[in-house]
Amino acid sequence: MDLLIFQVPILMVQASLDGILLGILFALIAYGMALQWGVMNIINIAQGDLVILGGYITYFMYLSGIHPALGVIVAPAIMYFVGVGLYKLVINKVVDRDLFISILATFGISILFMQLMNFAFGADVVLANSEFGTTMLFNNSVTLPNSKLFSALISIIFAIGLVVYMKKSKLGRAIRATAQNARAAKILGVDTEKVYAATFGINAALCGVAGSLVAITFTIHPYMGLPYTIRSFMIVIIAGLGNLPGVAVSGMGLGMFEEFADYILGTEFRIGSVFLLLVLILVYRRFKLSKKREYLK
Amino acid sequence: MKLNKIILSFISALAILLSSSATSFAKVVGDKIVLGSAISLTGKYSSNGVHTQNGYNMAVDRINSMGGVKVGGKTYKFEIIYYDDESNPKRAAQLAERLISQDGVEYMLGPYSSGLTKAIAPVTEKYGVPMVEANGASRSLFTKGYKYLFAVLAPANLYLDVAIDLAVEKNGGKPVSVAMAFEQDAFSQDVRLGVLEAIERTGSKKVIDDKLPKELNDMAATLAKVKAVKPDVLVVSGHTKGALTAIRQIAEMKVDVPMLAMTHCDAAKLSKQHGKNSQYALCASQWHKTLTYKDDFFKDGMTYDADFKKLFDYAPPYQAAESSAALLVFKDAFERANSFDKVKVRDALAATDMQTFYGNIKFAAGGQNVDKPMVLFQVMCDGDKCENKVVAPTKWASAELIHPIPSWSKR
Repeated sequence: MDLLIFQVPILMVQASLDGILLGILFALIAYGMALQWGVMNIINIAQGDLVILGGYITYFMYLSGIHPALGVIVAPAIMYFVGVGLYKLVINKVVDRDLFISILATFGISILFMQLMNFAFGADVVLANSEFGTTMLFNNSVTLPNSKLFSALISIIFAIGLVVYMKKSKLGRAIRATAQNARAAKILGVDTEKVYAATFGINAALCGVAGSLVAITFTIHPYMGLPYTIRSFMIVIIAGLGNLPGVAVSGMGLGMFEEFADYILGTEFRIGSVFLLLVLILVYRRFKLSKKREYLK
Repeated sequence: MKLNKIILSFISALAILLSSSATSFAKVVGDKIVLGSAISLTGKYSSNGVHTQNGYNMAVDRINSMGGVKVGGKTYKFEIIYYDDESNPKRAAQLAERLISQDGVEYMLGPYSSGLTKAIAPVTEKYGVPMVEANGASRSLFTKGYKYLFAVLAPANLYLDVAIDLAVEKNGGKPVSVAMAFEQDAFSQDVRLGVLEAIERTGSKKVIDDKLPKELNDMAATLAKVKAVKPDVLVVSGHTKGALTAIRQIAEMKVDVPMLAMTHCDAAKLSKQHGKNSQYALCASQWHKTLTYKDDFFKDGMTYDADFKKLFDYAPPYQAAESSAALLVFKDAFERANSFDKVKVRDALAATDMQTFYGNIKFAAGGQNVDKPMVLFQVMCDGDKCENKVVAPTKWASAELIHPIPSWSKR
């Protein structure tokens, strides 16, 4: 137990801002998960690994001299096709099965991705330097790396962009129709197979964006995906499937929760406290989730 | 039909049995001394595993080409059987078992990392197989009373205590305040124990004591605390990830500390990944090429560095150097024992007292090397070119320690 944060109140401002910025990034990953969960009823355990793969794309751009910030455009473009490919190879075979089968399948994909990334890129921890500098607030006592601000901004842009796309575009409408009732959508002429592939691709693309941002703000490593899967799973559980503003709010909430847990309980309990919260929320939500089916609106 | 099946399976079982005993050979075949090693060629330790293997291989080639090992008037050559332990302790223990009981290996070289060495040591101990290891520094390896384990490197608790002494010295002999952030794994926690002892010995004070989880890639909270508390020294140890994360966020958050001491800067290629932001970081290292130790095989650190670069196309990290040293120790022990008897070789190893390009080697009763101090280097940059320069101990210092670290506003 560390009470420093109460003795130095400015740390609360730091923790809150760090938490919110981090949470927005989490929310973006969770958004992808919610989309695909809602449409295909698949919980993607490989979510975090897709994030890390996106990070590596950005890292290699950085290595070849391209500014890593451009990764937020290139990584999703490549990851979209990775997602579609994954769908065609594996996911289309488990999409109508029960949740357990799809969890097993994506768990397998997760392990495969970890090992492949380790094999291809090596086990070194890497990062992409953006050289964005730092914003100082309150007479230098609160510092916000511009890379974090950048990552939050990009996350928001992509999230809003996707919401608009889902509302306005033909594919977006088809995705929403499939989510509501796949059979009815099929009868009305929606190619659900295509919709599923696109949904999985869009999710992977979102992971690609997030991965770029992780490489720019933090570090990446082939085995670092799982915490991102857990966090996005949790955010979706708290927010509910169809609830996009809820995803944003619970993402930021989770980010702040993590930061404060870090300050008060100690860094060693940071990720542990996320797991604990997950258990508590699952127990609380179990009843609701088992009684009610929710759809992406 | 059924009978056929039974006979078939019996025959195949027999065949497997025969083939396995046929392939198993003794520790010395013809003029070859066979050493065994489980090593991380895949999995999360694979980069350091490869450094280790390269170090072993280079030493084997060098010793073999310079006359080999002389035992009982005959010359022998080294050969190593490697298995990939996939960076997995359970697998490493299985492979050690297989090397010893199936392949008949009677002398082992260590794997990479303390965790894997810990998994293998009980096996080699059980069979009474001498193991010289070069990459397991955790103190707990040397307190279990193992008789057949020998480590050429200094134990983990000695990694960063020098830094605390150095800070006290720079503070005019007065105690300092220390902020600590250590990953929760055997190695880093041993480093922490060493730092705690140094804090106690010098009457210093620990003001932050954070433990970093393995999955962590964000130290913002710890660093914000450091900014608020303003310690004299910040000590970070969390393998490569810890070193990289710390430097990135210290620079981004403009954290000013007079002294920053870390481990694994070498493996993290700090100055390569972070350039000038890594300047002034103080790093603990088992070895540095500018140290003036000498031996007949690799001459000295600078020659080793050059030869290694020629062979593998990259500068040798200390993980490779210490691995090479392990082979020199084995050769020396075989020749002094003048026998292939495991117990005699073990006793000869225990009596080792030699100098290699990597440092002096002399084992304490627990198996750790007590004759080789750690060195501290500081990242120093001239323009955009950054270099690691030894600053402590003073005997090998090639540059003066820059202390305190200039504040970010003045850089």
